[in-house]
Amino acid sequence: FPGLADVSISQDIPVEGEITVPVGSHSPDEDYSTLDEPVKDTILRDLKAVGKKFVHVMYPKKSSALLRDWDLWGPLVLCVSLALMLQGGSADSKDDGGPQFAEVFVIIWFGAVVITLNSKLLGGTISFFQSLCVLGYCVMPLTVAMLVCRLVLLAGGGTISFIIRLIVVGAMFGWSTLASTAFLADSQPPNRKALVVYPIFLFYFVISWMILTFTPQ
Amino acid sequence: AVIDMENMDDTSGSSFEDMGEMHQRMKEEEEEEVGGEAGAGEEEDGEFLGMKGLRGQLGRQVADQMWQVGKRQASRAFSLYANIDILRPYFDVEPVQVRARLLESMIPVKMINFPQKIAGELYGPLMLVFTLVAILLHGMKTSDTIIREGTLMGTAIGTCFGYWLGVSSFMYFLAYLCNAQITMVQMLSLLGYGLFGHCITLFVTYNIHFHSLFYIFWLVVGGLSTLRMVAVLVSRTVGHTQRIILCGTLAALHMLFLLYLHFAYHKVVEGILDTLEGPNMPPFQRVARDIPVVSSAVLNTTAKAIALTL
Repeated sequence: FPGLADVSISQDIPVEGEITVPVGSHSPDEDYSTLDEPVKDTILRDLKAVGKKFVHVMYPKKSSALLRDWDLWGPLVLCVSLALMLQGGSADSKDDGGPQFAEVFVIIWFGAVVITLNSKLLGGTISFFQSLCVLGYCVMPLTVAMLVCRLVLLAGGGTISFIIRLIVVGAMFGWSTLASTAFLADSQPPNRKALVVYPIFLFYFVISWMILTFTPQ
Repeated sequence: AVIDMENMDDTSGSSFEDMGEMHQRMKEEEEEEVGGEAGAGEEEDGEFLGMKGLRGQLGRQVADQMWQVGKRQASRAFSLYANIDILRPYFDVEPVQVRARLLESMIPVKMINFPQKIAGELYGPLMLVFTLVAILLHGMKTSDTIIREGTLMGTAIGTCFGYWLGVSSFMYFLAYLCNAQITMVQMLSLLGYGLFGHCITLFVTYNIHFHSLFYIFWLVVGGLSTLRMVAVLVSRTVGHTQRIILCGTLAALHMLFLLYLHFAYHKVVEGILDTLEGPNMPPFQRVARDIPVVSSAVLNTTAKAIALTL
């Protein structure tokens, strides 16, 4: 190749990358081995994966583990526990003034679907279920806030408890938004991040509002 | 061989139930040998089983083919209609553009003899509708609205989306009758951005409860956004009567919607002296709920103090 004779690579450019040997295609033996393992192993493996994702939400840094192996177990557990804790806030016994279980459920899932569709339409590179997974897991700080609010309300209502609840819910709302933004906004072109962050902000704002205005009977 | 399909009566069970097994069998056979041989193998099996077996096999094959064709058609239709990429061009905006359009929606244009440009964009309107839903939720919770059938969230979403989509469609229909130059997406976009005024008004007046303040906001903010929409529509319509019809309808619907939102979810705080609003109280009263009394009390006293000094 005569044209390449005078090509020189400067010493400053590091040559790096990953050499991964692709794992052999799934032979039938591999599939059967995860079928034959005891149920405890399967459950523990799934629990460990879910737990790892919770840790990732608590300390949001750019890692692809949350995105790569998405699962919807964590979001389901969080959603159900949040909806259960928001029960019992009714003003009357007949006409419920507080959010119903189905309402909270629908808000969370419908809101997450809308945000995902929006980010895809804006040219995002993240897939549908990955985005649902991230948004669902980032509800965790708000579930913790709900727990704290219930405990504070056990001690009694009043101005001080309201201020404490406001601070706690506000902090958790900020944490949720930041955590989900850290994962989702990266998949957007840089000048459009604000367009994706706003619906996420609105989504967590609605959930925080439901938590803050919860008064048990 | 002549195959008499006239009396084909498949009594060997439901064809569709067997279809799955047949798929599996055919796939495995294809993996082992060439597809053509598998087909011949099936027919040979049929001949061995006798006439009834042949009819059963034939029935299953026909059902299988129908399934394949149906599946292909369904996936083609799905990829055609449920393709999200249809909507992609309407979401192609930059944040600066959205901000500029939001501010522009409050500024009425002066040139009504030249057709004004409307951006056919759906991101801004959609976000505004969701913001309005959030604001309504906030308003409904503070006013202790009890919904008998349905939920708070459902009502808010239904109201806002119903207004946006329904009034847009109605105005598009009217525009079609009055020969105005506007497309459906442009109408959706125009009305959606017109909701920006509603959002501002409701956000302010749900926290500071003064009827007079609401009326001022209704006239000024609501009026400005309505004027803008009306001016843009007028610039795209020819003919005096048509212009009046379109603009009158749009102005009436837009302003009345703001009025409805305020008074349907309005909170009457006990103990507020509204000396200006004696005869104009809404017909139903609501009991204030025992949530942020502190914040609303602070806001109300501040507003009263400001009003007194003015």
